[in-house]
Amino acid sequence: MKTKALKAAFPYTIPIFAGFWFLALAYGILMNVNGFSFIYPMLMSLLIYGGSLEFIVVTMLMSPFAPLSALAVTLLVQSRHLFYGIAMLDRFRGMGWKKFYLIFGMCDETFSINYSADIPEGVDRGWFMFFVTLLNQLYWVSGATIGGLIGSFLKFNTKGLDFVMTAMFVTIFMNQWMKEKKKYTGLIGIGATAACLVLFGAKSFMVPAMVTILILLTIFRKPIEQSYQEAEIQ
Amino acid sequence: MSPMTIPQQIITIAICVLGTMLTRFLPFLIFSSKKPTPKYIVYLGKALPCAVFGMLVVYCLKNVSILSGTHGLPELLAISVTAGLHLWKKNMLLSIAGGTIVYMLLVQLVF
Repeated sequence: MKTKALKAAFPYTIPIFAGFWFLALAYGILMNVNGFSFIYPMLMSLLIYGGSLEFIVVTMLMSPFAPLSALAVTLLVQSRHLFYGIAMLDRFRGMGWKKFYLIFGMCDETFSINYSADIPEGVDRGWFMFFVTLLNQLYWVSGATIGGLIGSFLKFNTKGLDFVMTAMFVTIFMNQWMKEKKKYTGLIGIGATAACLVLFGAKSFMVPAMVTILILLTIFRKPIEQSYQEAEIQ
Repeated sequence: MSPMTIPQQIITIAICVLGTMLTRFLPFLIFSSKKPTPKYIVYLGKALPCAVFGMLVVYCLKNVSILSGTHGLPELLAISVTAGLHLWKKNMLLSIAGGTIVYMLLVQLVF
């Protein structure tokens, strides 16, 4: 049962391997250049396990001690996980001990795969999601650790490789987009976020974007719910 | 060198760990599996994902400047290739690899 789930999960994680290794190496190198032992990127990638925050923590550690602002930044940057949790409430039900790890390891990429993957019939859903989560975290932690150990010696032209994450989110978005009969929610996600990016700038648009998405989904609840009901009847 | 002492560094990292875990675990703590989840939250659980994936696409592109540099052309072309391949073959790995290779070629050789 486990081997079958691992075999089904692995192909989904290949693009994450490319993207995570590239980003995690870069993160390990950054820590290395700032004079931190590889223990730091190793433990931080293992315990925080959230890419964008880990890069911010490098800046935090190079600044004077400010625990309250560290907490505020963490909650702001990571608040999108609340959305993932709400979407996964039902799907993680009855997963036993695995549920704890599935929630612990729910980063953007892992959530996206676990939510959107068509898990083949006969494959255990719990083990599938468990292996997606585990493999992704293994890629991230190993990349960050190796980056921290030998980062400054690595030289090869990987410029542009980080696009692998963008491409992955584009395909996942398209899969979801094609599943939805009416395109309200996809349009709200793209439109609200793009508008907030223009209005608030790249550093502070995510929280306004999430609030706007929530408000729009609440205002348009009736037509959106109706489209779900129509889809169920057919 | 970090201006913090080792205990200060540990406290800072611990705060980031706990804050992150709070955002991941909170929905599961509030809406326990014993009581039925409020209808509004069930609705959000269905409606949010597609909006969130759209949000993540824009998030990846946040540092692209349309007005300066390459005007976002490499990103636009590479996303078109990704989307085109995906509409054509519906194979995620192929679409992702194709789009990424095109993007790397564009930023390394063309732009």
